[in-house]
Amino acid sequence: MTTAPLVADADVEERWRRLSPRMLAVHPVMELRRLIFPLVAVVVGLRSGAGGEGGWWALGIGGIGIVIGFLRYFTTSFRITPDSVQVRRGLLRRRTLTVPRDRIRTVDVTSHVLHRIFGLARVTVGTGKTDKKNDGVKLDGLSAAAAENLHRELLHRPMPGVESAPSQPVSETLLAALRPAWIRYGPFTLSGLVTIGVLVGIGSRLVNEGHVDLTKIGFVHDSIDYLRNQPLPVAILLVTAAVAGFTAIASTAGYVLAFWNFRLSRHSSGTLHVRRGLLTTRNTTIEERRLRGVELSEPLLLRAVRGARVLAIATGLRVGRGAERGGSILLPPGPRAVAVDVAGTVIGDADPLTVPLTRHGPRARLRRFTRAGTGSTILILIVLAFVLLAGAPWWAFWTAVSLLPLGALLALDRAGSLGHALTAGWLVSRHGSLVRRRYVLRTDAVIGWNLTMSVFQRRAGLTTLVATTAGGRQGYPILDVPDAEAIRVARTATPNLLEQFLAD
Amino acid sequence: MTMTADVVRLRPPLHRASPRALWYWAARAAVLWVVLLAPQAAWWFIDGDGSRLPHLVVGAVWLVLAAAHLLVMPQWRYRVHRWEATDTAVYTQTGWLSQERRIAPISRVQTVDSERGPIEQLFKLANVTVTTASAAGPLKIEGLAAKVADQLVADLTARVGQSTGDAT
Repeated sequence: MTTAPLVADADVEERWRRLSPRMLAVHPVMELRRLIFPLVAVVVGLRSGAGGEGGWWALGIGGIGIVIGFLRYFTTSFRITPDSVQVRRGLLRRRTLTVPRDRIRTVDVTSHVLHRIFGLARVTVGTGKTDKKNDGVKLDGLSAAAAENLHRELLHRPMPGVESAPSQPVSETLLAALRPAWIRYGPFTLSGLVTIGVLVGIGSRLVNEGHVDLTKIGFVHDSIDYLRNQPLPVAILLVTAAVAGFTAIASTAGYVLAFWNFRLSRHSSGTLHVRRGLLTTRNTTIEERRLRGVELSEPLLLRAVRGARVLAIATGLRVGRGAERGGSILLPPGPRAVAVDVAGTVIGDADPLTVPLTRHGPRARLRRFTRAGTGSTILILIVLAFVLLAGAPWWAFWTAVSLLPLGALLALDRAGSLGHALTAGWLVSRHGSLVRRRYVLRTDAVIGWNLTMSVFQRRAGLTTLVATTAGGRQGYPILDVPDAEAIRVARTATPNLLEQFLAD
Repeated sequence: MTMTADVVRLRPPLHRASPRALWYWAARAAVLWVVLLAPQAAWWFIDGDGSRLPHLVVGAVWLVLAAAHLLVMPQWRYRVHRWEATDTAVYTQTGWLSQERRIAPISRVQTVDSERGPIEQLFKLANVTVTTASAAGPLKIEGLAAKVADQLVADLTARVGQSTGDAT
């Protein structure tokens, strides 16, 4: 067994404990619920006259579920030492999870209906780690009293980072508010493309399932007729213009819906408040002590009209995850100068947003081109194979060839984006072309370094240095930086960490 | 940016994986290659009438790739995979074609997790995963002798217990 001899003089309190035996009644039911689909499938199969075997199958699957449920009781045990909480579980994959006690952020006690019938509860110990899959310790099936005890036992220590709120009047400072003139940036956000996708989806369903003949509609009919009478280039131009126009309108509408009445303000109690939305209003509160930095993001089109938006990097706020999506927005697409200004005000230091960046040199630039070139070449060869073997038209090949110069342009722009800097207390990194992002991360928020080196990077003497952090994207990369510079950046940002691992 | 004469670089971590890890990596890869064999076997039996040549060509390609992978990868991994835990930091080096070094300060470690999968149990090995508050930064040390892994978990847990703060 994977038992770590954590404390030598283990007293009675530190013995391995089990879940409540009443869980023997609950776990099998939960397992059966998980197996409900195979069971239903078997029963349905039985009904449709497959013979008497189906019953045995159902019994077998049900039996397996019950056995797994029983096993979960016998294979799960936990103990609480003065330093940590440990959970052992698993039969084939035996694992021991150890959580140091002073890393425990939250202890949740929940119980669903089945739990309540048997007087049980589930205790979830959260470490504040944002990784959902493996989040802390879950003890499903303690007696309610034991759960309550455990809750008290674990939170006995004063929790770090939880101070009682001072009861003084809170004052509010407005940092930014939407100006109607910013709506001109709406068309360049391309959010309307999503709307077009949805409309096309609805349209195709109408045609396929509702048997609506679009060509019977007068307007559509007339348009198609009109286009047929134009020369091909003109027709293509017209369609492109129509799509672009519609995207612009839909994007603008989306911008107004999402960001109308946008306000970013700072409360003296140490929080940032974001309010926005026309029909659905949304309020987001970010504790400043959880703020780890900001991200200035410039999608290509927005960059062309000197616009940018600002996102927060904060623990507990992950970028682009389901319901949390958009929760980290600090400024909607607006003038770049305003974005830089607001980002600087939020972190209380304008320098990281404006400081000139250290470039990554010719080898990093060359890698942008070889990568773009390799990608396009592979695609061109695939298309060529289709043309030669499957009789695809030649224009498909020439379209693919046109990717080469486009890829080169993209590579040029990507190379121009690459850069990084270290200012007093801030790590700055920039990359990207279709979306150019400038990350500004507090150096004391860096909780580790990943240095990745592919075969080609090793030959070019380049490293991708990723600063890991508890918030936002979880890791912020500095792409293709020369090896020595990567070490210099990491050493400067986190003193006394790398020294012990340096070569003589 | 000027390149100074004394180029500072990281040395590799001190400790290697257990030599049994060679067999573990080979076995793990072998499982994958056997799984890949299944559709080929199915194809052999379903397509019973046609020429056997395409089957033999695909089979030969499978054999060459599998043999190369099984011969080269474990050796290469064994040379790359290294780990080290000091009083203040954990340092790992993993990969073979693409390599990665990870460094995390002990003061930011959240959990220390040891695991033994079925294949690992076969070779009396264990892996240790050290996680920080970032989802991007778990340090996984594979192919440790079970005893070494237990000792490492105990040592790390003790060290993590000594540092304070919420590690974010």
